[in-house]
Amino acid sequence: MIDIGEVLLNLWNSSGFAALSSGFMDGGWQNLVMIVIACVLLYLGIVKQFEPLLMCGIAFGCLLTNLPNAGLYHDELWQAFMNPDSPAYHSYGAIMQNGGLLDIFYIGVKTSLYPCLIFMGVGAMTDFGPLLSNPKSLLLGAAAQLGVFAAFFGAVCLGFKGPEAASIGIIGGADGPTAIFLTTKLAPHLLGAIAVAAYSYMALIPLIQPPIMNLLSTPAQRRIKMVQTRKVSKAEKIIFPILVTAFVALLLPDTAALIGCLMFGNLAKETGLTDRLSDTMQNALMNIVTILLSTAVGATMVGTNFLTAQTLKIVVLGVVAFGLSTAGGMLGGLVMCKLTKGKVNPLIGSAGVSAVPMAARVSNTVGQKNNPSNFLLMHAMGPNVAGVIGSAIAAGFLLSVFG
Amino acid sequence: MNFLAAAPDLENISLLNASIVAVLGYGMVFAGLIVLMIVVTMLGKAFSAKNKKQNEAPAAPVAAPVVSAPAPVAPVVSDAAPGSAGQLKLYDTPPKTAAMIMAIVADKMGKPLNELRFISIKEVK
Repeated sequence: MIDIGEVLLNLWNSSGFAALSSGFMDGGWQNLVMIVIACVLLYLGIVKQFEPLLMCGIAFGCLLTNLPNAGLYHDELWQAFMNPDSPAYHSYGAIMQNGGLLDIFYIGVKTSLYPCLIFMGVGAMTDFGPLLSNPKSLLLGAAAQLGVFAAFFGAVCLGFKGPEAASIGIIGGADGPTAIFLTTKLAPHLLGAIAVAAYSYMALIPLIQPPIMNLLSTPAQRRIKMVQTRKVSKAEKIIFPILVTAFVALLLPDTAALIGCLMFGNLAKETGLTDRLSDTMQNALMNIVTILLSTAVGATMVGTNFLTAQTLKIVVLGVVAFGLSTAGGMLGGLVMCKLTKGKVNPLIGSAGVSAVPMAARVSNTVGQKNNPSNFLLMHAMGPNVAGVIGSAIAAGFLLSVFG
Repeated sequence: MNFLAAAPDLENISLLNASIVAVLGYGMVFAGLIVLMIVVTMLGKAFSAKNKKQNEAPAAPVAAPVVSAPAPVAPVVSDAAPGSAGQLKLYDTPPKTAAMIMAIVADKMGKPLNELRFISIKEVK
């Protein structure tokens, strides 16, 4: 006869509750704290609507990875994957053989597949028309990368290593896929903290940017109305992605994957002949990859990696990076305002951080608060999409230096 | 590819090297986007010139008969279109903005545009 007591005891011993209680002082408390953090992130995503599409996935991945004995994600496997002395060094076979579900999801992050596919969807959803009709917008997209390099320097000052500092700095680009792309390559152990910081601050753009925008401009400047830009032909829109891909990939070959996918997505949209592809990129593919990417990134938030002083520093540096990028864009806008004798509203500069289209909407909202009849949205979309290209170039440069 | 291959240690980068990388990186982003701006501007100018030529070409043959045989003035009607409720006066408002405002108002009121009468639209400064 089966010993029911033994069965129940075995059941208890194999449960996560037993693992939590027996190993509480040996790291179990970290799992508990991380589960609480996962719940906080879920609250932010669901109740406060902070980038819910990504935040919910990240938070749920965090929850799953911190459930003891679930075996969905194995940080030690990935450490062995990165260790040149380990037999599992760079062996995806070892991951497939020994890994859990989230380990297999994470392969797509590690190989940069997901960020590139997300960029493809972003490209298919982006209209570069406002940028083409006003190419000077590209300068604002460049100016708004100030936060990337300032935060990089700040991170080095705070004791981070070069590749870690580069990954932290890219938070200032306000571009989630780019931040994940660079961090996976340079500092994978910081991925969870950097992704959470990047997406949280992107959700907080309507709160972070307006005070800086108001501080750096006068009410008269904020009231400036901009003239309508020229209409862009379809041929220009088709040539643009091809041109940008060739130029940027030749300049910084490390960005070829990101820029190539972004521009391929855009080309599929602009040709008008590949609507099925464009539709898939914008919807089905984007949604599937978002699920895989967010849960995989959340899975990297294991207590030993996340509950460190480094995470707090990353959170602080992230907001500094966002603020300085906004300031950089605004200063670029002010210079253009001066040079054009008041024809450019400096508020469009802050849209140079690449959070599309949130940053452009903020420029429009702040402009309308000062002049209700002022519509800056389309003018701000130019710097906004320029910021996507700018942050990809910044990431490519940092990858070239530290990769 | 490693731009700073000669640098002593990029892992434990010094503040001096970090500042060089930061300035160089910011400069690189500017340089890349400035070149792109020049290329895009040239592309735009080329297309504008092409469009201008295309617009001018068919205009020439049409212009001649108009000059030789001017059309009667009668069809140029200043009256309102059938069903119109009169002219709309615009003060400091471009026609496109006015059209947008009228469409928004109609949408918000849930009434067709031809059942509404707009007398004037004035920009509030």
